[in-house]
Parts: sequence; C-alpha cells; structure tokens
Amino acid sequence: MTLRRVSYFEASARARVAGLMDPGSVLEWCPPQQRHSSPHLALLDAPVAFDDGVMVGSARLDGMPLLFAAQEGRFNGGAVGEVHGAKICGLLRRALRERPRAVLLLVDSGGVRLHEANAGLIAISEIMRGVLAAQAAGIPVIALIGGSCGAFGGMGIVSRLCDALIMSEEGRLGLSGPEVIETVQGVEEFDSRDRALVWRVTGGKLRRALGEASDLVGDDVGAFRAATLAALARPSEVRDLERLLANQQALETRRQHFAEARDGLEIWRACGFAEPEAVPMLAVDDFNRQLAAGQAGGSI
Amino acid sequence: MEKFNLEFDSPPSPVGVRSTLCGVVSSGNLEVLVEAGEPSHVCRVEVNTSAVGFRDIWQAVLADFAASHAAGGLSLAINDAGATPAVVGLRLAQAFETSTGGPT
Repeated sequence: MTLRRVSYFEASARARVAGLMDPGSVLEWCPPQQRHSSPHLALLDAPVAFDDGVMVGSARLDGMPLLFAAQEGRFNGGAVGEVHGAKICGLLRRALRERPRAVLLLVDSGGVRLHEANAGLIAISEIMRGVLAAQAAGIPVIALIGGSCGAFGGMGIVSRLCDALIMSEEGRLGLSGPEVIETVQGVEEFDSRDRALVWRVTGGKLRRALGEASDLVGDDVGAFRAATLAALARPSEVRDLERLLANQQALETRRQHFAEARDGLEIWRACGFAEPEAVPMLAVDDFNRQLAAGQAGGSI
Repeated sequence: MEKFNLEFDSPPSPVGVRSTLCGVVSSGNLEVLVEAGEPSHVCRVEVNTSAVGFRDIWQAVLADFAASHAAGGLSLAINDAGATPAVVGLRLAQAFETSTGGPT
C-alpha cells in the first residue's frame, strides 16, 4: 500500500487513527456524541472536550483485530484525567474479554492532568495494571510515540511497560519533563529552553540508542503503521522473574556506565557513532544503520 | 466559561449527514460536533466558550455560517478555548464539509 506521507507529529489523534488503521474498520467507543467530558474541568470553569482528550475503540490493521487508544496532545497536553483514564483503563479490561491481536496505545501525553490529579494518578496506576493484565493474557500492548507532548510522567511509565515502543525522532520519552526538572533542580541541571538539548536527551534517537524504544521511524503515519506490523510479527519478550532480574541488572550497569554523561552526544559516542555531533541531523534509515553497525561492533 | 444556545434559519442540509467531530479544544482553537437535529430549516448551536462577553460576535459569525451553508436540521455543539472569529468560521466550514461529504 503506497500512501501519501502524513506527518504523525502534526496529525490530530483522530487523523492518526484514520491513517494507521484499515480504512472503514474503526469503531469508536464512548464517542464524542455521548459527551463524556470531564466534570472536574467544568467545576473549575475550564474548557472541556467531548471525548476528554482520548479516542478509544476497535479497528483492524492489515485485517488483524486490534483495540486502540489515541491521546490528543493538543487538549490539555494529552494529560490523563478521570474520564480520560477510565476510557483507557476500560479499553484494556475489554481486551481481556475480546482478545484482540494487540492493543495499541497512541501516547501523546505530559502525564497526569493537574486539575484532577488524584483521579489521574489512580487512573495511571489502573492503566499500568491493565497493561500488565493484558500482557499476562498473551495480548501484546504496543506504544506509539510521535506527538508534540511525547510520553512523560505516568504515561512514560506506561509506555515502558509495553511489548514494543515505536518512536519518531520528534517523539519524546521521559519521567519528569524538561520544565519540571528545571523547576526542581535548577537551570544548571537542565535548560528546558534549549530545545536541541531537550531532544538530544528525551527524543526518539536517544531512546532508540538506549534500547528503550524498540523502533525508530520517520515522522510519517505510514511508517508507524509499517513498524507496528513489523512489531506484531516479532515474538513478545517472555517476562518471567529471571528476565526481569536481568533487565534490572542491565539498567544498573547502564546507570553506572553513563553516570558522568550530561548529554545525548556522549551516549551516541559510546554507541559507536563516528560523528556524534552529526547524529541529530541523520536521516532515520542512516541512524538505524549506524546504530546497528555500532552494536555489531561491540559498543554498548 | 460562558454557555448559550442560538438558532438560525438555514436551508435544509443534504440528506445523509454523518455525525462528526472537527477540531481540538486547545488555546485559540475549538471543536465542533455536528449531529442531525430538528426541524429541517433550523440550525441549532450550543456554544461553550472560555472567552466571556463575546456573544454578539458568536451571533454574527454563526449567522454568517447559517446563511452561506445549507445547515438546516443540523445541531452543532461547540467547545471553544478562545478561537478568533476567522478560526471559528473556518472550523464551521470544515465541520460542515466533513459531515455532509463535500463542499456545497
């Protein structure tokens, strides 16, 4: 299938779903016509959205039945409130009953919605439990990150629980966002206005180099679709205790190895990139090729 | 927030209107939910806007939309976060086109 290139970054959540899934296959649950808006935002006299910033439903991808949730980053930064979280949580629970081929999470979120933070935090923990329950039932959960808000806070954790994590360079992944780090630790620790630094530290290329993202794709809805299909063709990682302990050990080793690193540049150098300064400008294919070559050459 | 309901006479919309949501509630933007309504020569609009005190301008922009489109029998619901009149006009035209399957 050849498709006109559609920027994943620029597209709305609804446009991403329309571009990713098989045409005519999307069935939305709790659609905007049902007006499941946030009661908390209304109480605070703030604007609400008819879908509370997330679209959930079922669809087909190359004929395979999937469930999906797509967060709209432009509504309150894709932040998770009570209704928003309940829709994603309900989707994951329904997956246990419907047993789709996979659940896709189109993450575009700064984390918990501060207007309704307690409800949002509970929702995040329920979503995490829902992801683990789906995986335990043999249903892979795949995160797609390529929107303007990236995946931060609780949604960053949720993304890292997933079986595959597909990112574009424009996508970002982290726990505390750049402005939070600067506010808490000072501008010497992290200058959130230095956009190049922010992307070198949280962006898709660094996350792929560290192995946190399983795939790096171009900013194109069609590329995300192709990578999702490729991820579904791979066997999911077995998550027994032995594997979890090995992952924990690998994280500890990585933390020690990069203890002095202050920038993505140092990590790219350690990954075997000959010209770390040129990495931000590398096309995705060249980046993936050089990363694979560095890994084959024994670099971390 | 300010909420109000407005009604405008408008020629009956084409048959087979699809309920659609257009736009996103973000700063300077709005979402428009189009649904089938009654009666067939009236366009009903429910506005929920963060910009208080602009009802007269909404009235003018929506009247212009209802006059230039066959929007009778449509029910529009709007969540607005301070969109300018030009953005509102374009979003309404987009919502109309998407829900009726093409420009008129």
